[in-house]
Amino acid sequence: MGRKLLLDKAHVENIRLYEVYRREGGYRSVEKALKSMSPDQVTDEVKKSGLRGRGGAGFPSGMKWSFLAKPEGVPRYLVVNADESEPGTFKDRYLMEFIPHLLIEGMITSSYALGSNNSYIYIRGEYAWIVDILQQAIAEARNNGWLGKNILGSGFDCDIHVQRGAGAYICGEETALLESLEGKRGNPRIKPPFPAVKGLWGCPTVVNNVETIAAVVPIINEGGEEYAKIGIGKSTGTKLISACGNINKPGVYEIDMTISVEEFIYSDEYCGGIPNGRKLKACIPGGSSVPILPANLLLKTAKGETRMMTYESLADGGFATGSMMGSGGFIVMDDRQCVVRHTYTLARFYRHESCGQCSPCREGTGWMEKILWNIETGKGKMSDIDLLWDIQRKIEGNTICPLGDAAAWPVAAAIRHFRDEFEWHVNNPEEAQKRNYGLAHYADPLVVTA
Amino acid sequence: MPVQFSDTALAEVKRLVARYPEGKQKSALLPVLHLAQDEFGGWLSTEILDYVASVLKITPIEVYEVATFYSMYNLKPVGKHVFEVCQTGPCMLNGSDEIIDYIKEKLGIRPGETTTDGLFTLKTVECLGACGYAPMMQMGKHYREHLTREQVDQIIAESRK
Repeated sequence: MGRKLLLDKAHVENIRLYEVYRREGGYRSVEKALKSMSPDQVTDEVKKSGLRGRGGAGFPSGMKWSFLAKPEGVPRYLVVNADESEPGTFKDRYLMEFIPHLLIEGMITSSYALGSNNSYIYIRGEYAWIVDILQQAIAEARNNGWLGKNILGSGFDCDIHVQRGAGAYICGEETALLESLEGKRGNPRIKPPFPAVKGLWGCPTVVNNVETIAAVVPIINEGGEEYAKIGIGKSTGTKLISACGNINKPGVYEIDMTISVEEFIYSDEYCGGIPNGRKLKACIPGGSSVPILPANLLLKTAKGETRMMTYESLADGGFATGSMMGSGGFIVMDDRQCVVRHTYTLARFYRHESCGQCSPCREGTGWMEKILWNIETGKGKMSDIDLLWDIQRKIEGNTICPLGDAAAWPVAAAIRHFRDEFEWHVNNPEEAQKRNYGLAHYADPLVVTA
Repeated sequence: MPVQFSDTALAEVKRLVARYPEGKQKSALLPVLHLAQDEFGGWLSTEILDYVASVLKITPIEVYEVATFYSMYNLKPVGKHVFEVCQTGPCMLNGSDEIIDYIKEKLGIRPGETTTDGLFTLKTVECLGACGYAPMMQMGKHYREHLTREQVDQIIAESRK
């Protein structure tokens, strides 16, 4: 059994209620921080912990905090990104639904470190019932003196507000999120200036993922150095992985980053293997944006080493033969599944979610969707595969925000590793229309297309 | 009849606006549009959008820009029960295409349409963050997960009661 720091208490009966959460040791990090530490000492512990942003980018959180500008007389803000919309990802929902006080506790401690007196949770609009759960937790925290004026006699004031989005994946991008929180369309801003200098209402702002802020609680309780002892190398601490697709036990798992991908998929403690006696075909290990890997490259790196559930190991081989930890949205495909059709659904997703600001993304996502639909339904030409490759190359890196990259990468990786499946659709138009995938073998993953 | 929030809704608008600094009341726009949609029958007409603009003291165009950007705001009437079925990759791997086909057949409508009795609207939507519990759909405030044909039958029967 790996160590659990976030979800170890998530299934204690009634842990959603303040009394139970407090009895189980909740809000100790706030006591410790406000009574015995300066804000900078809290930030230092987060730096020492090696915690990396859990939303997808994996940027060191302590460093992000230290970039926050602190001009005199200007308010600073902490905004928690609960817009969780990356296909395959449902971990923040789980955390907020089952143990909401952990997020509230992490926010109070983090707000103290950053000097934020009004902090916001921006939650995706569809998680409407979770808004109620969070509001209740906030009210309980306020009634028990953890929010409001002069908390624990420290002189620190803090309040937390929940803002509901209204259906837009792009609002998970931090500057689009801030635009949305200001009551505008979710169009990402050009950086610089970064939110740490000019964020919400033009004030210095830190935007962090739900899981990142929750992890601040064990980091302060146990100390950054203790937290950093868990895991391998620069992958410190624990990570929530939401596993879905063709597995026996879909759900949210907290792993300490010391296990192999094979163990994660096949062990009964986690995904419990592939159902119905099927074989593992492919996996997208970190949310829909990251490259898909065929089974052999998933379980072992191109160098033949065991692939581990860490930031470094999942990325080993770069995009040619590796992938990314991303958001921890772990999508498993068995050998019945069609890579072309799956990639088509993702292309449709990104076309739907493109904000339309940058031409390469606005136009390119639509083109990719249409071409993939043609190939999938037996109307594709061999040259369409190269055209797809060309379009994704022209989107990547040419947009204001990473949505363009996120749309390009899945298409690139699908062609890179499963080109023969695309060709099969072109060569067998009638069977492709009947959605008979008819694949006897997979692409040789080590032959890289480009 | 002119569009007008109830006293309860107006109190809620006041509470929402108070969460932001002075002069930043536009930040309340998304929550106020949700409120308006709940209050005025599940969709937002131009009259309602103009009314929201006047309540928040912003220009109508600022409201139109937002209402047309976010997928949860309905800009035309919807049925009493809205089935928003996820069709993105992870749900597709677990049979969402078949569930959508089945609902189409049962209700005799295509995605985007409402049944003639005004009871049901079918929408296909992109990832709702329930990938481990697929196939699934949103109905109002809540999710219906691990959908099967039998459950679809049951949900439709319940909704007709």
